[in-house]
Amino acid sequence: MMTPKTLFEKIWERHVVVEPPQSPAVLYIDLHLIHEVTSPQAFSALREKGLRVRRPERTFATVDHGVPTIPSPDGRPEGRLAFADEMSRRQIRQLEENCREFGIQLMGLDSPYQGIVHVVGPELGLTQPGLTIVCGDSHTSTHGAFGALAFGIGTSEVEHVLATQCLLQRRPKTCLVNMEGYPGKGVTAKDMILALIAQIGTGGGTGHVLEYAGPAVRALSMEERMTLCNMSIEAGARAGMVAPDDVTFEYLAGRPFAPQGAAWEKALADWRTLPSDEEAVYDKVVTLDVSRLEPMITYGTNPGMGMPITGRIPDPDAITDPAQRAALEKALAYMGLRPGEPLLGHPVDVVFIGSCTNGRLTDLRQAASLIKGRKVAPNVRVLVVPGSQQVKRAAEAEGLDRIFKEAGAEWREPGCSMCIAMNGDALAPGQYAVSTSNRNFEGRQGRGGRTFLASPLTAAATAINGVITDPRTLL
Amino acid sequence: MEAFKCLTSRVVVLPVDNIDTDQIIPARFLKTTDKHGLGASLFADWRYLADGQPDPAFVLNRPESQGAQILLTGDNFGCGSSREHAAWALLGWGFRAVISTSFADIFRNNALKNGLLPVIVSPEVHQDLMRLFLQDPAQTLTIDLETQTLRWLDREVQFPIDPFSKDCLLRGVDELGYLLSLEPEIAAFESRYLTR
Repeated sequence: MMTPKTLFEKIWERHVVVEPPQSPAVLYIDLHLIHEVTSPQAFSALREKGLRVRRPERTFATVDHGVPTIPSPDGRPEGRLAFADEMSRRQIRQLEENCREFGIQLMGLDSPYQGIVHVVGPELGLTQPGLTIVCGDSHTSTHGAFGALAFGIGTSEVEHVLATQCLLQRRPKTCLVNMEGYPGKGVTAKDMILALIAQIGTGGGTGHVLEYAGPAVRALSMEERMTLCNMSIEAGARAGMVAPDDVTFEYLAGRPFAPQGAAWEKALADWRTLPSDEEAVYDKVVTLDVSRLEPMITYGTNPGMGMPITGRIPDPDAITDPAQRAALEKALAYMGLRPGEPLLGHPVDVVFIGSCTNGRLTDLRQAASLIKGRKVAPNVRVLVVPGSQQVKRAAEAEGLDRIFKEAGAEWREPGCSMCIAMNGDALAPGQYAVSTSNRNFEGRQGRGGRTFLASPLTAAATAINGVITDPRTLL
Repeated sequence: MEAFKCLTSRVVVLPVDNIDTDQIIPARFLKTTDKHGLGASLFADWRYLADGQPDPAFVLNRPESQGAQILLTGDNFGCGSSREHAAWALLGWGFRAVISTSFADIFRNNALKNGLLPVIVSPEVHQDLMRLFLQDPAQTLTIDLETQTLRWLDREVQFPIDPFSKDCLLRGVDELGYLLSLEPEIAAFESRYLTR
């Protein structure tokens, strides 16, 4: 009898090129995604060493981190660049040049598919079950939603993949995340992952690949599964995965890069063998009862500092570990919050709806469902940034853009925008934001800016009231 | 990549857990296409006041920190973004080693590929080191990679590192040369895998 294997083990084993004793495994990479910010030094190194890109057809590029999201003043796609600073413009031009020189397909500013790299890969059907997928971006874990092994890498590793289509990897451990029960009304995939990170901490997944399982995960759409896997890195995990099933296959069918015809049938038969075997053993198991969850919100300066939205901010004096106490004190000082205080009713200056975590059609629909027929509070700036050109077109076809604009929100062009605040979309010092993005680190959304992470529903409810609001009160 | 063999240096102490790469180097400094010159942006938002002047209270700006090559810091160092700029900025400032109780996976990989040594110690040793070097910034610490030991005063402790990374660091070679040398194996794998 064959040893039962996990989803991770099945994918890992079919990609090991060699694994000499005393050395890390050489892992073959099926799909490599690149963007303008973490790739230029890798291409410079290739040039210096006289190397070529070994498999240019396995690398795809887009521009997202530094692109302005202000609509082009003259209607030309390139017109957005007028709002970029000189360095960002140069970085975008450099990527265009690198792709031309090395023969890599680029979904650039003028492409109908431009967008955030982790939104673009799945919607083009590039992301498929069983693949190894890497990108110079930590949120590459998103693609694990399809039952792929996907993880973020540094720029040296981008160079390695370009030159050899391989990476040196130490085999990670496995962790099963069992999500039991079903979430109640107003509780989304974002709340599930924020609750998990609050439970296991920002280092709780270090060295591990998380596999999300259980009825609550099976019931999620692909876009919701992507939200879940996206934030695996915020628990320190190497990757996050969901076993592929009919939801996965339905999403993929007919996408431009998905297999077609006989190749589709063959792929399907293979993908059905990928889910973890029943008796498979994990190095660790974590359980979360999602039926008890409320919408979640963060109060601190890392994604692990989260609580139910009706909760009160924890008291550092109640924490015995000195390092944890100091961390909470530092976070509350930065956030300008007091122990014991509720967050409900706390005023905000900005609401940001977008990012690779929550910038897909489902997210925009959820936000629009609350905003429809209402106005955003006059004291709040609301930025809605679709994750890609395809998301933007689909949203506009449904009239979501009009709902947002009529309510007083800004409807923007696709990009990472205020999630990383490199492109001019940023908080001013001291401003508070409810953000559907993934990181509430100090200064992440602009120097001195203060971020509350939450779901698109919570963000929309807060936009309407101008203060942090439990979305269940508006549903 | 510069080889790492044995280093004796003063120690900069930054006693904060979960320092993310956005603190190590904020995103606005990632617009460069170069890996050099990032030392000036290391810990920028903690190091400089709003008017751009160095904050004299921040540890990197104190006279005794100048020239130090070892950073002693809190648990889960380097979490968050995969930006290799974090390793480049630490090296650019002059650090060659970071000591903590744990490191985030991607940061650790990036550090090793650039000749920046991540040293993992037990919480007890970490506490002893913190106490000593906070009290006496003039004291030095020796990191000997060959024997995998830390030495200070009359103490000596071992630290773990995988043999492959250790060999690369000692010889000052990056991993790409090794991967390129495996071209026949990669080609053989592809002919099996891509035609399955």
